[in-house]
Amino acid sequence: MISLTSPVRTRAQDWPAGAKLAALCLVSTGLFLARGLPVQLGALAVVAVLYALPGPVFLRAGLRSLRVVLPFVVVLLVWHGVLGDLRGGLVVVLRMVVLVALANLVTMTTALEELVDLLSWLLTPLRRLGLRTQPLELAIPLVLRFTPVLVARAGRLAEAWRARSRRRPGWQLILPMTLLALDDADHVGEALRARGGALPPLDDD
Amino acid sequence: MERNIAQVALFAAMIAALGLVPQISLGFGVPITAQTLGVMLAGAVLGARRGAAAAGLLMLLVALGLPLLAGGRGGLGVFTSPTAGFALGWPVAAFVTGLFVERVRLRSAGLAAGLGAVLGGIVVLYIMGASGLAIVTGRSLPEAFRLVAVFIPGDLLKAGITGMLVQALARVRPGALAWHRGAATGGLRL
Repeated sequence: MISLTSPVRTRAQDWPAGAKLAALCLVSTGLFLARGLPVQLGALAVVAVLYALPGPVFLRAGLRSLRVVLPFVVVLLVWHGVLGDLRGGLVVVLRMVVLVALANLVTMTTALEELVDLLSWLLTPLRRLGLRTQPLELAIPLVLRFTPVLVARAGRLAEAWRARSRRRPGWQLILPMTLLALDDADHVGEALRARGGALPPLDDD
Repeated sequence: MERNIAQVALFAAMIAALGLVPQISLGFGVPITAQTLGVMLAGAVLGARRGAAAAGLLMLLVALGLPLLAGGRGGLGVFTSPTAGFALGWPVAAFVTGLFVERVRLRSAGLAAGLGAVLGGIVVLYIMGASGLAIVTGRSLPEAFRLVAVFIPGDLLKAGITGMLVQALARVRPGALAWHRGAATGGLRL
């Protein structure tokens, strides 16, 4: 599977994931509270420098994941332009771009394992309350394992469709996909149970 | 228990797969992803709690940085983007869809699923999505709603397809729908 993490190693990868996430929350909130154009421009400049520092490969990867906000940038600028409030539109657009860029920056510089560990730590209060988080820790690798399996299977079903029909593969393929997914769930459930079940004994933690 | 976890995980994977597979067209050549169809289906097939868990699990993995949304999108940026309301709305949409099929007993499983999908996957989801868009873009709620309203016909189509898929599912595998009348209901709570 393609990863959204950075193609090059950066210094930010050594920083603790929790600190980066906390900083992201703080800055995002701050940018919502500060409505001035200079603040947003300054934030954009800082983010641009952060993207440029690790080199051109990093910058290109970062810009690629920013493309999704482009339609919103265009629509909002045109909209505000028509309303005659281009300055207000610029503030909104800048804030939007900076928010997404900063969040992507955290994603690009943090390994999946670190975030999973952080998640597990964030769930500690729930465990203290007696809620069991093991099912979640079990479900995450299952999704990662089965997403490519289901994608490949959908591809095979589409091929079989094309062998029989000149029309493009349609939504009808989702029925066998669903049935096979339900079968998989039964098998996986049985396999998990056979290997000792989803939950360790209660006195384990 | 194990089966419930597996079903939640498999449907999360299914929602992801529906967005990553390019070959399935929903008809009329409309460039819409089938991912919200997967969300509706998760709620309609698994019911409120497990359906919401499947959609929530997928969003959690997206937040952790996995490119599981349509077009390989993912990461924390999804939750700060203008469409964050839709992303956060998925578990709620699946929950409401599931709640509808569980509580409103109709003779036709497909009709119940279709109506549930309209309520959860369109009414509730668009309220949350438009609210998110209004917050991020600083526009008013009606303006934000007008921006996203163009996608409603496509989602109505998906709700209809959800209904047809569930109808077919009820025929070929009645036991798969725990909420459906006459189906086995024991021991399926998460």
